Amino acid sequence: MAQAISFTMNGKPVRVSVRPDTTVLDLIRGPLGATGTKEGCAEGDCGACTVLLKREGINGGVANAANACIMTAAQIDGAEITTVEGLAHEGVLNLLQEAMAENGSSQCGFCTPGIAVALTGLLANNSAPNEEQIHDALAGNLCRCTGYRPIVEAAKKAAGKIQLAASAETSHSASSEEISFDGAVARCPTSLAELLQARRELPNATLLAGGTDLGVARAAYEKDWSSIIVTNNVKELRQTQEDATGWTFGAAVTWQEVLNHVGEALPSFGTLIRRFGSTQIRSMGTIGGNIGTASPIGDGPPALIALGAKITFASVDGAQKTMPLEDFFLDYRKTELPQNGVIVSVHIPKPKADEHFRVYKVSKRYDQDISTVCGAFWIKMSGDNIEDVRLAFGGMAAIPKRARQAETALKGKPLTAENIFAAGQLLGEDLTPLTDWRGSATYREQVATALIKRFMHDLNGETVEVMAL
Amino acid sequence: MNKHMQTSSIERSTVGKGIAHDSAKKHVAGQAIYIDDMAELPGTLHAALVVSTIAHGIIKSIDAADALAMQGVHLFLTAKDIPGHNDIAPIMSGEPLFADKKIEHLGQPIGVIAADNIELAVKAAHAVKVEYEVLEPVLDVETAHERKEYVLPPQELIQGDVDAALKDAAHVFEGRLEIGGQDHFYLETQIAYTVPGEDDDMLVYSSTQHPTEVQHHVAHVLGNLANSVDVKVRRMGGGFGGKESQATIIASAAALVSHKTRKPVKLRLKRALDMTATGKRHDMVSKWRVGVDANGKILGMYVEYLARAGYSADLTGPVITRAITHTDNAYFVPNARIVGHACKTNTVSNTAFRGFGGPQGVITSEAIIDQIARELNLAPNDVRAINYYAPDNGEVTPYGQQVEQNQLVPVTEALLASADWDRRRTEIDRHNATNPVIRKGLAMMPVKFGISFNLPSLNQAGALVHVYQDGSVHLNHGGTEMGQGLFMKVAQVVAEVFQIDVDRVKITETQTGKVPNTSATAASTGSDLNGMAAFNAASAIKSRMLGVAAKHFQTDETDVTFKDNQVHAKGQSIPFSELAKLSWAHRVSLSEAGYYATPKIHWDAKTLKGRPFFYFTYGAAVAEVAIDTMTGESRCLRADILQDCGESLNPAIDLGQIEGAFVQGMGWLTCEELWWDKAGRLRTIGPSTYKIPGSRDVPPEFNVSLLNNASNIEETIFRSKAVGEPPLMLAISVYLALKDAIGSNKDRNFDLKTPATPENILSSLSGSANR
Ligand SMILES: Cc1cc2nc3c(=O)[nH]c(=O)nc-3n(C[C@H](O)[C@H](O)[C@H](O)COP(=O)(O)OP(=O)(O)OC[C@H]3O[C@@H](n4cnc5c(N)ncnc54)[C@H](O)[C@@H]3O)c2cc1C
Ligand code: FES
Ligand code: FES
Repeated sequence: MAQAISFTMNGKPVRVSVRPDTTVLDLIRGPLGATGTKEGCAEGDCGACTVLLKREGINGGVANAANACIMTAAQIDGAEITTVEGLAHEGVLNLLQEAMAENGSSQCGFCTPGIAVALTGLLANNSAPNEEQIHDALAGNLCRCTGYRPIVEAAKKAAGKIQLAASAETSHSASSEEISFDGAVARCPTSLAELLQARRELPNATLLAGGTDLGVARAAYEKDWSSIIVTNNVKELRQTQEDATGWTFGAAVTWQEVLNHVGEALPSFGTLIRRFGSTQIRSMGTIGGNIGTASPIGDGPPALIALGAKITFASVDGAQKTMPLEDFFLDYRKTELPQNGVIVSVHIPKPKADEHFRVYKVSKRYDQDISTVCGAFWIKMSGDNIEDVRLAFGGMAAIPKRARQAETALKGKPLTAENIFAAGQLLGEDLTPLTDWRGSATYREQVATALIKRFMHDLNGETVEVMAL
Repeated sequence: MNKHMQTSSIERSTVGKGIAHDSAKKHVAGQAIYIDDMAELPGTLHAALVVSTIAHGIIKSIDAADALAMQGVHLFLTAKDIPGHNDIAPIMSGEPLFADKKIEHLGQPIGVIAADNIELAVKAAHAVKVEYEVLEPVLDVETAHERKEYVLPPQELIQGDVDAALKDAAHVFEGRLEIGGQDHFYLETQIAYTVPGEDDDMLVYSSTQHPTEVQHHVAHVLGNLANSVDVKVRRMGGGFGGKESQATIIASAAALVSHKTRKPVKLRLKRALDMTATGKRHDMVSKWRVGVDANGKILGMYVEYLARAGYSADLTGPVITRAITHTDNAYFVPNARIVGHACKTNTVSNTAFRGFGGPQGVITSEAIIDQIARELNLAPNDVRAINYYAPDNGEVTPYGQQVEQNQLVPVTEALLASADWDRRRTEIDRHNATNPVIRKGLAMMPVKFGISFNLPSLNQAGALVHVYQDGSVHLNHGGTEMGQGLFMKVAQVVAEVFQIDVDRVKITETQTGKVPNTSATAASTGSDLNGMAAFNAASAIKSRMLGVAAKHFQTDETDVTFKDNQVHAKGQSIPFSELAKLSWAHRVSLSEAGYYATPKIHWDAKTLKGRPFFYFTYGAAVAEVAIDTMTGESRCLRADILQDCGESLNPAIDLGQIEGAFVQGMGWLTCEELWWDKAGRLRTIGPSTYKIPGSRDVPPEFNVSLLNNASNIEETIFRSKAVGEPPLMLAISVYLALKDAIGSNKDRNFDLKTPATPENILSSLSGSANR
């Protein structure tokens, strides 16, 4: 058992005794005295706290932007982080920083360190990003002053000119399987068996994957965790398998990794994942966490349900069970997961030639927003008629849900405006949205109906989204 | 693509150059120090506010026993612990720092708790138990107006005879517009660090746009004299008006704890509390009746504003005044009656926000023009053109100020040409004729904005300049740096006076002990006021140095020139630094406190008449948008802007102000929605729920130009013009373009409330009731 957390920061080994549930932002700004990284929101949404995080075997083992505010010390044991202080080499700014300083990329400067880090991360991994990729990299960074144009231009100017310092010898790999300090303990099991054992031994522990859901309450100081079990290193949960029939993703596979695998084969899903949080969120947040959190407004579940995904989970005694994902969700944040069980993996079948899949997300802002409505549609044609169909929605009920009545109405019929209209009339049979700050119930109903119409237009090859212009 | 079209008639060495922000390198390196980054002194306590959890009611009891029992929690203070006055009203009085009985909004500060670290302080604050007698809250302006609940008496501006004008009008149109509020969302939340000194001294580091107000209120709350408090501000991580009066809450609460404990205290609000407990842009409802002739020329209008003041006056009075004085925008209104009501609601007290009521006035004006065009089936730009203030300087605004140096026609015509209006109008109409789902819209609008604080007394500033014997210069002034580049602009002014390199001018933190009795850095006046004060200070020193130089060169002062860090006369030259040393040796003072008061302005706050503004700035924008008529999603595809900055002090900084303001304005009008639940709890209190524009929301084609040859006819600092606020209103072009896109489906006028979220757009399209 270790009393300290070890990692590499800006090329130097760090060993520090802190509670494992300390946020990385508080750790680096406080005990480590690196105040360049800022707190703008402490909810993973503004990017002022962006650092680069490199974890062996995760996200290709390269440095990725991540939010220090919602990340806990337990998650960086054995990892390598780069803060804004680590961007310059021997006091000389990197060329992105130079370009930003020269062209008015900062006004108040409070967002700037996070942006410099995020764009350095982009350019270190992609020497020639296009405009869309630059926006993808900036989706998790808010700037209230500049209007972004000079920031985007600085990224273009510095493209091809950024390299991260070669990694120092990491102090150690994630070897400390238990870290304990000041009454708080974190376990970092490496196998499913160890994970389940930890679940048995620490029945009240917080099961932590990327922390992009859980970390928000922690960063607000609304919660602290006296025991944590981190899933990052559990090899069964980190596996990805792809064959002709589909993909199987371990629960601790990040959304960035999922995107890398499915982006090309399922471009619509790829677009959704690119809008899932931000680069920072996707590099931490996991597919299993998205399901485990069982939010009615999560984006993964409707898409996965429409695709016909299956989930495999283990109970604390090790028994595994596989079921269609749609059956996993029972009621508001209630699932089939047994007490202290863990999600092991998700299997996504590949659509065949006569099957079509699209997913649409409607939100107030295009990037990094939570869906007001997420509509995911899969259809199997037989000649001109619909043989089978799945219409799954997020934001429309207490759980991610299929519109069964509408599906039934469509089966065996051709995909025409009249049939879609008739099906739309039946959405209310299954869907009972709420009114909140993201949209009224009425609006959500209108959008759900609109999205199935959009699906038809889309399959006809029409331009259906303003972002496509 | 951006062009700096700015050309200057006069060759200058530093002023007019696009020099980068003074802290640009420090920003990108993470080395710019904000208050939360300062090394903490030993013994520093961390404070957290305890705030109400109900919107309206009476405090029955406060129990902090559990909180104080937590290890590391030191003390809890409430209204009764305030040694001085429990009042932090910026203009009026009776706005308590801590509620002592009555709760008037959810999130109202009740007390402050201090602990060893911020996490503990926040947890302790949550552990304080407050019992209330709950009263029914008033949450919307219409209800408040019905019940005649106001925080201030109404303001009314009368010009000519509206009733007669409407009677004679060919058409009279009525309208109503719901204008949303806006959170500042400065990236750095409110913060103060207070350090007690000897006697009653209190050093206050505050993230504030108004150090003088912080100074006075801290003294007032502590029951001390203003001279015991020194306020310092090096930089803010954004302000936008949100740190004008609101910063006093945080600084006073921290100072109170320092006063009681004699320890340094830091108080930083977490984002959710910042958004809950501090004021925002006023949402308003405007209602009008406008009379026009057959061509759409305005004969008269009656306009009424219902402004959400929140629970107290704060700055609502002058915000309404500015809305009223910008209801004309660019258009001559011969007869007008404009009334503003400061509606009292049980929500946080609204405050200054970039534009300060101007945006609500201008959007009302533009909605009226848009309505006239739609009802009469005229091209909106034609309706604009016949209503512009005539270019001959003759016409007078409803509040009695002549419109001088009128640039409306040159600005709008140049912009329509550079934005290729005619071709795009045709293309968009063609697109809309064949695309039922994705519709496009195009709109142009001008902005005329009055520069000066409406209240004449605020239009003054001071600066302190020292020249040291090595020729380096120390610059201090009353303006604060919140990202807008003020410090660099003023340094450029001083460098220009002395003809030295700008990096010889040391920019120093704003400090009430150095330059006293300052106004807020607000109303776009930062560089006008402080630039002029610094100019006066530097010029006074320079004129004394000239005397020394003349002696040295044995010539007349008129022969001496300062150029390139040197002083020249009779074919000889000495370095500026040598002249500084010589001046010292000759016992000539190298230090000066400069002062400036804006000339020509006067204002009668009762009748709302006078000449409130030293001058006007002019700008215009064309925006193109697309909307999805099935979901209401929208996107701005292109924006073109032409803005009058006079002779810009720094075109790079001005360009940044224009772009940033436009995008912020877009946010106000499209995606930024404040949403209260029925209990009066704001539910959009973080970036996850309150959406400001991201990088992809910026129009992919964004052309911004500064107007050429636009030297200010008024004697402003190097004939420049203010730029901080006016371009925010140019984003109203996006709103109008959205209306244009929606209107492609309609043959009459229709309402579109702001923010034009997808839901509000869809609701306009379908004409169904708004939620
Ligand atoms: C700024 C921001 C933007 C976001 N944007 C989106 C978005 O666009 N769309 C969206 O859907 N979500 C979004 N989220 C939510 C979140 O990122 C996702 O739900 C993410 O997939 C959660 O994964 P995680 O690994 O971070 O989960 P964690 O926070 O680690 O865990 C979430 C929950 O799942 C449980 N859990 C994790 N792993 C397992 C397992 N193997 N077995 C059982 N339970 C498990 C945890 O115990 C916890 O209850 C956003 C969050 C933030 C902060
Ligand atoms: S502080 Fe805003 S994302 Fe971390
Ligand atoms: S420069 Fe101020 S928030 Fe980006």
